[in-house]
Amino acid sequence: MSARTPGTSGWPPPALDPAGPFAGPLNVLAWVLFAMAAAVLVIVLAALGVALFGPRRWRARLGGERLIWIGGLAFPVVVLSALLIYGLGLTSRLTEEPAPGEMRVRVTGEMWWWRVAYLDAQGREALQDANELHIPVGRPVVLELDSADVIHSFWVPRLSGKVDMIPGRRNLMRFQADAPGVYGGQCAEYCGGPHALMGFVVVAHEPAAYEAWRARQAVPAPAATVPHPGAAVFDRSGCGACHTVAGTAFNGLAGPDLSHVGSRRTLGAGILPNNQGALAGWIADSQSIKPGNRMPAYPVLTGRELRDVSAWLESLE
Amino acid sequence: MLLALLTAACSDKSGGPREIAGADPARGLEIARRVGCAACHETPGIAWPRGAAGPSLEGFGGRPLIAGRFPNQPDRLARWVREAPSMAPETGMPATPISEAEARDVAAWLYTLQ
Repeated sequence: MSARTPGTSGWPPPALDPAGPFAGPLNVLAWVLFAMAAAVLVIVLAALGVALFGPRRWRARLGGERLIWIGGLAFPVVVLSALLIYGLGLTSRLTEEPAPGEMRVRVTGEMWWWRVAYLDAQGREALQDANELHIPVGRPVVLELDSADVIHSFWVPRLSGKVDMIPGRRNLMRFQADAPGVYGGQCAEYCGGPHALMGFVVVAHEPAAYEAWRARQAVPAPAATVPHPGAAVFDRSGCGACHTVAGTAFNGLAGPDLSHVGSRRTLGAGILPNNQGALAGWIADSQSIKPGNRMPAYPVLTGRELRDVSAWLESLE
Repeated sequence: MLLALLTAACSDKSGGPREIAGADPARGLEIARRVGCAACHETPGIAWPRGAAGPSLEGFGGRPLIAGRFPNQPDRLARWVREAPSMAPETGMPATPISEAEARDVAAWLYTLQ
C-alpha cells in the first residue's frame, strides 16, 4: 500500500490500466514494445552465450560478416520500421486537429499546477478552473496543451498518452473516458522542485451530470456573494492578488481560480483531500506540504481567522 | 462503555497503548489518511505530507494534555478531533468531517502513537 496520504482518489495514477478508446491502443503498444524488447534481449543473451561458451564452429559463424549484415542492419531496420508504422497508425488520431463540434479544453502547465480553460466553438475561453478537468463520458475531448513557464508533460495514463507542454507551442491530445469515475494524472516531465507533487484529476460524468456541473460552474458560487468573516480575512490578507473568486472583487490571475474551490476533489494540484482542515493546513503553511510551491505560508493569521477563511473557501461550491 | 472510559482514565503508562472500547486504531489511521490530518500534523506512520501548521503527533499517546489545555482523556480527545472549535473557540484546528464513532477510532489510533 502506498505510504502517501491520499483521500485523493486516483493519484498517483496506475500506468497500465486503460479506461478509454485512446488509452487502449497505447496500452497495447506498450505491451508489444515490452514483448519485443524481451525477445531481443533473449536473442542477444543467446548470442553472447554462444560467443563465450559455444562450439568453435558456431563461434566462427557468429563472427562472420554475414551476421552483422543480417542481425546488425537488416533485422533492426525491418523491425523498427514496422514498429514505427504500427505505432504511428495506432496513435494518429490522438493528435488530429479538433473537428467542428468536438469538446475543446486548454490546459496550461504552470509551476506546479494546471490552469484549465474550457473553450467554446470559436476557441475562446468560456470557463476557467484549475487542477481538475470534468468531462462527459463516451465522447472524445481535445486538449490543447501549453505551458506558461518550463516544459511540463500532461499525463492521465488511464485516458490517453503523455504529451509534453512546451512554452509557445500548442500540442494536441485527444482523450475519452468510457465510464464515469475519477482518473488521476501526473506531470510527467521534471519541472523543478515539487514536480512530483504536481497531480491532476479528471472527473468523468454521465452527460446530464456533466451539463449540471457545467451550469453550476458558469455562475458564481452562491456563497461567494454572501458576507462572511472568511471573505474579510481573504481580503485583508491579500489573497485576491493571486486568486480569482467569481462574484467578488478578487481577480488575481497568478494562482489557481478559486471560484468553486469547495467543489474540487483535491487541493494543492491533485495531492490532498479537499476539506476545511486540509484547506487550513495549506493556507497556514503550504510550504510544509509542497515545498517550493509559489504560495507563501501565512503565519500572520489567528486560529479563528484561519478557520474562517478555510470555512469560506470550502463553502464556494 | 462509560465503564470502559472510566477505567481507561486511570491507564497505566507503563503498559501498552490505552484502548477505547469498540474503537479500532487501524480504522483510525485510515480515517486520518482519508481526511488528511497530515496536512497540518507530522504523523508517525504517514510519510507524506508532513504539515507544520499544527503540532507533531509523535508521542501523542503519552502526552498529558490535548492542545496544551485539556486533560488527555478518551472522551475529550474524541470530541477534540471531531469538533475542536466547540472546546477552544480560538483554535486554528477546524471541525472535521467524521462521525462520533470515527472520532473514537481516531482517538484510539492517537493513543498508539508513542
